[in-house]
Parts: sequence; structure tokens; C-alpha cells
Amino acid sequence: MKNPISHINKAFENRIRLGVMSILMVNDRADFLFLKETLELTDGNLASHLIALEKAGYIEVNKTFVGKKPNTSYIASTEGKQAFREHIDALENLLKNIKG
Amino acid sequence: METVNDHLSDLREIRNLMEKSSRFISLSGLSGIFAGIFALAGAAAAWWYLDFELRNETPSYSGFQNTYFFFFANAAVVLTGALASGIFFTIRQAQKKGQRIWDKTSRRLLINIAIPLATGGFFCLALLYHGLPALVAPAMLLFYGLALLNGSKYTFDDIRYLAYIEILLGMLSCFYAGYGLLFWAVGFGAMHIVYGTLMYFKYEK
Repeated sequence: MKNPISHINKAFENRIRLGVMSILMVNDRADFLFLKETLELTDGNLASHLIALEKAGYIEVNKTFVGKKPNTSYIASTEGKQAFREHIDALENLLKNIKG
Repeated sequence: METVNDHLSDLREIRNLMEKSSRFISLSGLSGIFAGIFALAGAAAAWWYLDFELRNETPSYSGFQNTYFFFFANAAVVLTGALASGIFFTIRQAQKKGQRIWDKTSRRLLINIAIPLATGGFFCLALLYHGLPALVAPAMLLFYGLALLNGSKYTFDDIRYLAYIEILLGMLSCFYAGYGLLFWAVGFGAMHIVYGTLMYFKYEK
């Protein structure tokens, strides 16, 4: 039998990273403030997890200026979306196996 | 067992975040109820006015002018009342839920409703311009229904059922000229009250 845990992704073990990806799955893009408020986080906490996701190649960072204020927005990469879907499927399978 | 519960709550959290970040969920059912009450009051005023007008005056140019003036004033009062109560209860609801009132989700909802609605308003003015007031009520119902349908992707999905009913009423009323006011009162008055009450008990109780 295939090991159901094999697709559980280490990068998503953290709640915050999972939260960021959830938001970016249903929104084309989200800026830092929106992520921070939706996830109810502090700046530093969110920033470190965003860097981790960026390093993994799961999100793309887009820096622009709105007037004179810098605005950073984030987009889930194709790879990130794929990884997130596999992670969710793995979670669901795991739960199904335990229940069934 | 610990991890099973963790995974379950992860999945729940994911669903919750997807919902919260893409839909504006602070629309209050009370807004709907009050919009319905204002609409019914407006329809009653219009009915009373037409009844009075038909009995007491022979149609004349100034009579038509007064009728137009009355209907525009009436519509303005109803719209202002409905919007004001809608904004009031939505702000209250957002505060209760700790949601921001003016964020990406509310902006997206507003613009997706506003574009078909403004198009409908423009079309109604064109109908009046071409002397077809009988089609104004059906056009309002149709465009309002389409606007709600368009907005349903960005708020509670339940609103699409209200949209279907408005569209259906709009289509029916196209073929019952003379009953426009009645259809309008049902669509904008009664249906808002029913929908608002259902939403209130479903999400706010």
C-alpha cells in the first residue's frame, strides 16, 4: 500500500504558511497588509514565513509603489499551487484511511 | 489521534481562510429587511399617487410632468433610505465580526454589483426617454437580479437565489404591463424582507 503520508509537505506543516497559501489559492494576489490582517499576525512573524515560502519557490513576490508607499504583493506560483493541492489531497486521504 | 485532530482543524482553517479572504461576509440580513420596508413604503406611495391622479385629473402635459417628478422623488427617497440602512447595519455587522468594512472583498463586491446596476439605471432612463415607462419596473428587476448574480461570487452564495427570483419576476412582468408596480413591490419589497429574515436567522442568530 502506498504510504499516505508521503505527500504531506513539510513546507506546509506550519499553520501560517498553510494560511498564506490558502489565501493565495483563491485570490490572484494579496498584499502584505491584507495577509497580515486576515491571518491576524505581526509583521515579523508573517515576513519570516513569506521568505520561507518564497525560497521554496511556492510564492512570487511583486514589489511596486502606490504613490510613494512601497507595496509588496504575493502570488502563488504554479508550483506552489500544485504542491498545496497535493498536500490537501494527502491530508484528506489520510483522514479517509483512518476513518474508513 | 492528536495528529488526526490537527489535520482536521488544518482543513477547517484552510476552508475558513479561503472563504474569509475572497468573500465579503458582513452583509447583514437586517439591511435586506429595511431595504424591503423602504421599497414597500415607496410602492405604496406610488400606488396611492397613481390612484389619486387617475381619479382626479384628466391626463395633461403638466400631469405627466408631475408624475415623473413624483416618481423620481419617490425613488430617490427609497434608494437613500435603503442604502443608509444597508450601510448602517453592514458596518455594525463588520464591527461585530471584527472585519474591515473597506477592504479588498467589499470593494470587489461593490464594483461587481455596481456595474450591471448602473447599466440598468441607464437603460431605464433610456426607456423613459423613448416613452416606455411600462418597461421600467421589469428592467429594474432584471438588471437588479443580474447584478446580484454577479455579486454572489463575492459574498454569501445564498444571494444567488434572491437573484434568480428577481430575474424570474422581471421576465414575468415584461408580459403583464400594468402590473409593473405590483411585481416591483414583490421583488424589491417582499423578497428583500423574506431574504433578509432568512439570512438573519441563518448567520446572525
